[in-house]
Amino acid sequence: MTLLTDPLVQRMLLVGLLVGVAAPIVGTYLVQRRMALLGDGIGHVALAGVAAGWLAGSAAGLAQRDALAVPGAVLFAIAGAVIIERMRAKGAAADVVMAILFYGGIASGVLLIGVAGGSNASLLGYLFGSISTVTWTDVWVTVVLAILIVGIGLGLRGALFAVTHDQEFARSTGLPVQALNMIVAVLAAVTITVAMRVVGVLLVSALMILPVAIAQRLTTSFSRTMHAAMAIGASLTLAGIWVTLTQNLQPGALIVVLGVGVYIVVTVVLAARQGVRRGANS
Amino acid sequence: MEAADRVLVARDVHVSLNGTPILHGVGIDVSPGEVVALMGGNGSGKSTLVRALVGAIPLAGGSVALFGAPATGSARSRVGYVPQRMSVGGGIAATVDEVVRSGLLGHHRLRAPRDARSRAAQALAQLDIQDLIGRDVSRLSGGQQQRVLIARALVRRPDILLLDEPMAGVDLQSQVAFAHALSHLKEDGVAIIIVLHELGALTRHIDRSVVLEGGRVTHEGAPPQDLGIHALPGHDHEHAHADPQPPTSGGVALDGPA
Repeated sequence: MTLLTDPLVQRMLLVGLLVGVAAPIVGTYLVQRRMALLGDGIGHVALAGVAAGWLAGSAAGLAQRDALAVPGAVLFAIAGAVIIERMRAKGAAADVVMAILFYGGIASGVLLIGVAGGSNASLLGYLFGSISTVTWTDVWVTVVLAILIVGIGLGLRGALFAVTHDQEFARSTGLPVQALNMIVAVLAAVTITVAMRVVGVLLVSALMILPVAIAQRLTTSFSRTMHAAMAIGASLTLAGIWVTLTQNLQPGALIVVLGVGVYIVVTVVLAARQGVRRGANS
Repeated sequence: MEAADRVLVARDVHVSLNGTPILHGVGIDVSPGEVVALMGGNGSGKSTLVRALVGAIPLAGGSVALFGAPATGSARSRVGYVPQRMSVGGGIAATVDEVVRSGLLGHHRLRAPRDARSRAAQALAQLDIQDLIGRDVSRLSGGQQQRVLIARALVRRPDILLLDEPMAGVDLQSQVAFAHALSHLKEDGVAIIIVLHELGALTRHIDRSVVLEGGRVTHEGAPPQDLGIHALPGHDHEHAHADPQPPTSGGVALDGPA
């Protein structure tokens, strides 16, 4: 418990808690829209943004060359999300658009970081997460963005549910379907840049999707699925970070592996319960 | 009746889907309290017309006016639409209550009103499915799902209701419940356009029919008794219904309460 008095531990747990709560909100809408892999596509574009920010920082002669990495990631991720949403609205195959951004993002990131004078190792913290290096500035940025995600994600839940559940009906009611779809895409982009510090670009989508996939097995309503996913997301990130305080393990990877483990356990237990019920009824 | 008094007036509607023209200059209108059956064979353009009328798909040409003015977002708040099937979304469970309450949203209304829960319960009671309110919609029967979709449209307290084959694959109990609800709506002055393959349980409630064939209106007037003939190319709809007889067949005539 003495660990809790350490400011670094406090920062890590606070960022983990915020990301764990916020990410599944957006994940619920993505799963409902069958766009669970959107986070991967945007995440790789965000990596190009990190490198572009690095390049801009170097060009500007900033002492901390990656000072503009996160703003760069936010800009690129939002631009990527807008492009994906616009192409999807025009009828393009969403998976192909995402694949192109996926490859283009990571390749551009590697090239840009080289031009900026950095090495691919410079990107590792963004690829796999670097929660142990969070500063109080990072914490406050995370607080603001998490409030934005939670506020919009929960505040517009009815409208976003209507659009993701039955787009055609939503359009007939006069709801601004295109704008609401865009809000989901931009929220996903913001979530990815927030969660990037915790689990890294490569695993960021897992933090949005895994808690929802687990909650889906346990509930029978959209709002309960979202609330359960938020609780599961927070528990997973806090548990993962807590374990790595005493064990030499990578926090992002541990959080995701824990999530996969919980998903498998829940699935097996539910299947076993169903089997027992069937046996009792026959 | 003047065009301005009509609830919906569509003129010369053209619609193309994926570059293929589906509707070729269709016109249709409906007055308060009138029930219009939209009929025709498979692929005749019935569902496309309904989707175009409610604004779910764009028009390639022509116009749709609601309540005497161009169909805008605010006018659409007075429209109830029942699609052919329940959308299953992305697999996240949703309760009947959540689905029905989503019908309360619309133009400039991104959040449900305070009395959303009681209004959803009322709409479900109209269709005799109030006991399903907490159930997962994906686990309901086809007939129950169809009634949930109708409740989602009714919760809006619409002045015009457009239904796309609400009786397709629906059990008798659901047909009876729907016929009762329809008669009440008609009494309340709600205009209704309903896509049907056969009149069946709704025969006594239909005022007029519009038959489509190949994306064009081929008959407008008294409801045809046998759509099988109307669906045939070259059928002379005008003369076949010059002297319409009251329907004597076409399924069980289930009258709603007076």
